[in-house]
Amino acid sequence: MEFRDNKAIYLQIAEYVCEHILLGKWKADEKVPSVRELAVAMEVNPNTVMRTYELLQNKNIINNKRGIGFFVDEAATANIKSYRKQQFIADELPVVFRNIYLLNIGFDELENQYKTFVKENFNA
Amino acid sequence: MIEINNLNFGYSKHKPLFKNMSMRLSNGHIYGLLGKNGAGKSTLLKNLAGLVYPQGGQLNVMGFNPSKRQPALLSQICFIPEEFYLPPVKIDSYLKANAPFYPNFDHEYLATLLKEFDIPASNKLIDMSYGQKKKFIIAFGLATQARLVIMDEPTNGLDIPSKAQFRKIMASALTDERCIIISTHQVRDLDNLIDTVIMLDENDVALKASVEEITTKLAFKRVKEIDESIFYAEPSLSGYNAVMPNYHHEESKLDMELLFNAILAEKTKFKPLFN
Repeated sequence: MEFRDNKAIYLQIAEYVCEHILLGKWKADEKVPSVRELAVAMEVNPNTVMRTYELLQNKNIINNKRGIGFFVDEAATANIKSYRKQQFIADELPVVFRNIYLLNIGFDELENQYKTFVKENFNA
Repeated sequence: MIEINNLNFGYSKHKPLFKNMSMRLSNGHIYGLLGKNGAGKSTLLKNLAGLVYPQGGQLNVMGFNPSKRQPALLSQICFIPEEFYLPPVKIDSYLKANAPFYPNFDHEYLATLLKEFDIPASNKLIDMSYGQKKKFIIAFGLATQARLVIMDEPTNGLDIPSKAQFRKIMASALTDERCIIISTHQVRDLDNLIDTVIMLDENDVALKASVEEITTKLAFKRVKEIDESIFYAEPSLSGYNAVMPNYHHEESKLDMELLFNAILAEKTKFKPLFN
């Protein structure tokens, strides 16, 4: 995997796992790759993946069945969304807001842009 | 796993390499040993493996004093030197002569590793390229199942696919019982494999900290302008790559090259953070 250089590796691996769950590649109650398997696939230190899995366990996105391995939590999708939302509001939204303010973009215009974007990309 | 207490060593009396160096290393980690040319990286590794002897202080490696070179210890150390010699024999004769020194030697694992590294088992060692030889001794070293794995510049001479292969192999080779120490200048080859950084400078350990500790205390960022909060910065295409105290609890990615240069240039600024 290509890592970006602006974010801790363990968080980038967390995004990768979340992405797989959201896209339905890894389903609820299914086993996720072991720490070692994922470390080998990502070419990273297993301790880094362990840190990722601890984080995802805290967020109730995966759970640890002792002796068997890590599994996708029943409520993983909802928990990923709330975790992502928190992150988006904390990290990305301030940057967007700053540009909206600096460029003086009105909320009406923004709403129109948003609706067009959703239509074009998600056919909603 | 390893305890170094007040180690003193130098190749000549007037030029000490280590003065009262102390450090502890534990299993379950991949340590990245960094330092300028001549800082003593290889020499420290040789001290640990019993290839040179301390002039003062104590070394304890898995309960042994490496200077005594007891077989019980040496069979638990795999040392991959930067420069090495391989005799003009075929792989199987080399194994017959050398594998018996390691009671836990795993022939099946060796076969797997050689396959992953794309080396035919029928090869004569002398006919192989430098990179192939290097891959062979890495594979042999890991197949010894030694608990202490020491590698001096392991990625030198490896081609691009072999480097990726090497990272995968090392990621799977780390177990809770093993301690892996890798000295390197090729930081970009290995930075995601290393979980703890050891940096040697001016006869001592300039920094020993886990990646987690470093990125908790320091932030690595691109900035447009330099201000007083920044410890060290290097110009880049879009401003500067900077290291600064992590005031805002940011989770940045450790830039090992930048950290290396920063510590060489601004040692006094970093000292109080890591003690």
